[in-house]
Amino acid sequence: MGGRFPSLLALFALAAVAAGAEEIGDAERGEALFKKQCSACHQIGEGAKNRVGPRLNGLFGRRAGALEDFTYSKSMARMGADGLTWTLETLDAYVHNPKALVSGTRMNYRGMADPEARLALLAYIREWSDKPRDIPEAEPTAIMTDHAVDPAILAIQGDPDYGAYLSSECTTCHQADGSDQGIPSVTGWPEEDFVVAMHAYKDRLRPHPVMQMMAGRLSNDEIAALAAYFATLK
Amino acid sequence: MKLNRRLFIGTTLAAGAALSAPMVWGQAKPRVVIIGGGAGGATAARYLAKDSAGALDVTLVEANPIYTTCFFSNLYIGGFREFESLQHGYDKVAAGGVTVINDMATGVDRAARTVTLAGGQVLPYDRLILSPGIDFKEGSVPGWSVDAHAEIMPHAYKAGPQTQLLKAMVEAMPEGGTFAMVAPPNPYRCPPGPYERISMVAHVLKQKNPTAKILILDPKDKYSKQALFEEGWGLHYDGMVEWVGPEFGGAAVEVRPETMEIVVDGEVQKVDCCNVIPGQIAGKIAQIAGVTDDSGWAPVHPDSMKSKADENVYVLGDSSAQGDMPKSGFAANSQAKVAVMTIRAELTGSKAFPAKYTNTCWSLIAPEDGVKVGASYEPTPEKIASVDSFISATGEDAALRKATYEESLGWYAGITADMFG
Repeated sequence: MGGRFPSLLALFALAAVAAGAEEIGDAERGEALFKKQCSACHQIGEGAKNRVGPRLNGLFGRRAGALEDFTYSKSMARMGADGLTWTLETLDAYVHNPKALVSGTRMNYRGMADPEARLALLAYIREWSDKPRDIPEAEPTAIMTDHAVDPAILAIQGDPDYGAYLSSECTTCHQADGSDQGIPSVTGWPEEDFVVAMHAYKDRLRPHPVMQMMAGRLSNDEIAALAAYFATLK
Repeated sequence: MKLNRRLFIGTTLAAGAALSAPMVWGQAKPRVVIIGGGAGGATAARYLAKDSAGALDVTLVEANPIYTTCFFSNLYIGGFREFESLQHGYDKVAAGGVTVINDMATGVDRAARTVTLAGGQVLPYDRLILSPGIDFKEGSVPGWSVDAHAEIMPHAYKAGPQTQLLKAMVEAMPEGGTFAMVAPPNPYRCPPGPYERISMVAHVLKQKNPTAKILILDPKDKYSKQALFEEGWGLHYDGMVEWVGPEFGGAAVEVRPETMEIVVDGEVQKVDCCNVIPGQIAGKIAQIAGVTDDSGWAPVHPDSMKSKADENVYVLGDSSAQGDMPKSGFAANSQAKVAVMTIRAELTGSKAFPAKYTNTCWSLIAPEDGVKVGASYEPTPEKIASVDSFISATGEDAALRKATYEESLGWYAGITADMFG
């Protein structure tokens, strides 16, 4: 299972490329979704400007937090500096659960659970970005693997004692009292947010190399143990 | 602190049944003595006291009441930090339940399980942690000895007055003068340290003395983060830094402190400031305790940091010979946590988990141009082995390098809070 799963995903991704990768979803439906769920804060299309949220023209292929005329949250700016770039994969994860990717995002949106609806929305947003069919050197915009964390993983009850020991690896950098000086706080998070964020590093969806390495060697049980422990700290 | 029998039983019962400790009724609490209050020792002391919640008697022996971190001391040389920002006291360590003794450990009797201090005090122990950092290998650089010449050609490789001396000497160099570094052979504390130092010296000279030259005499044919440093030196300090490897005499260097000369491959050269970083061995008390081998370092078991010479002794950080981990503050801090878990399990019956180790080393090349290298490690029967690693890439953009530098500041705040409270 462990060995077969990724290769199936790879096949799926290849199939998407082979099919021309032009359609990632129903853009018309996406436009309706955008109007209903996003347009209170975001503009897209001709003459789009920054509002509460940044304008979304040219979003695919853009570095997170990169618009110079928009003031991003500290967390979004940090992810951008770390190298987070908006692709179909990262946008899908972000729209699914914004905090999975950017813990301290100011985007006050609880997420869109339905994968088909997300792809429809992103198909619409992509209408206003460069596409490889027009500019061959543009980033591929139709490649994605499934990143959602299995509900069975989210359901694991972590052992806080084990978490306490494992956490001593974290507190070399992340301060146990929750202070944030160049390295973000990890204490007092809801357990599920913590688990989702750690899996986003493990899956290399979040870009930071130290965290990818740290999360990469943690088992599902160990991530749950850490989440259980850190949730107990104020 | 001394407990009478009644009080002891009372507190033990009050602590609850969680303490399934293999302790003998009526005997004092198990004693752990830690020698060296740096990244390994201070961390171990704090975690032992905190995690055992009073079940262990923890004593930390450190000669300096105020500790100066060697990590980030290059940033002081470069003018990026105040010297005081590198200094930390032990008040919070003591407040956390550790008996802190500011004295020098001069003897270890492993048969009697006692440590003798310069002041005459004798400390009995059930477990001993040695985390004394490094010592210098006499005769490693011909013409130089630490006692006779460190004031003329500083090593500045144990942070403190030596660091201040080197900074003052760099700033006092004559216009267009030459700074030379005699780089150390492997293995040594902080693999990228000498080259970060070169970057910091170059940064100072670029502003105060732009026609000065920097010469690195290196016995190694390659070194940590080499591509990143070379790229950075080219970018920020073009033409100022010359590296001389073993092929061109970097391994055959003699120094003449009296005349401020260096002799490279037989050729005499006058220098204005010379930083001699000699070959290194485990801190002296590890030698005295007899836990080191012919290499000068102390071999340890990879799953616990326990000395291979004595099951009641642990060796942390720079002094230990463990395998793939570099000698760094981060590594010592990581190793301390594994040792603490093992000692607690042995003395108090707490749960033991598989050992995991980590390290990351950040280096500053120029203002807001930070790079890093790191790895995770696991024990194998032979050694602590690297299982995954990463390194900053050449050609990274300025925003990422700035983020890396800011992250390093966060790390310093984090690890010093972890060590000193």
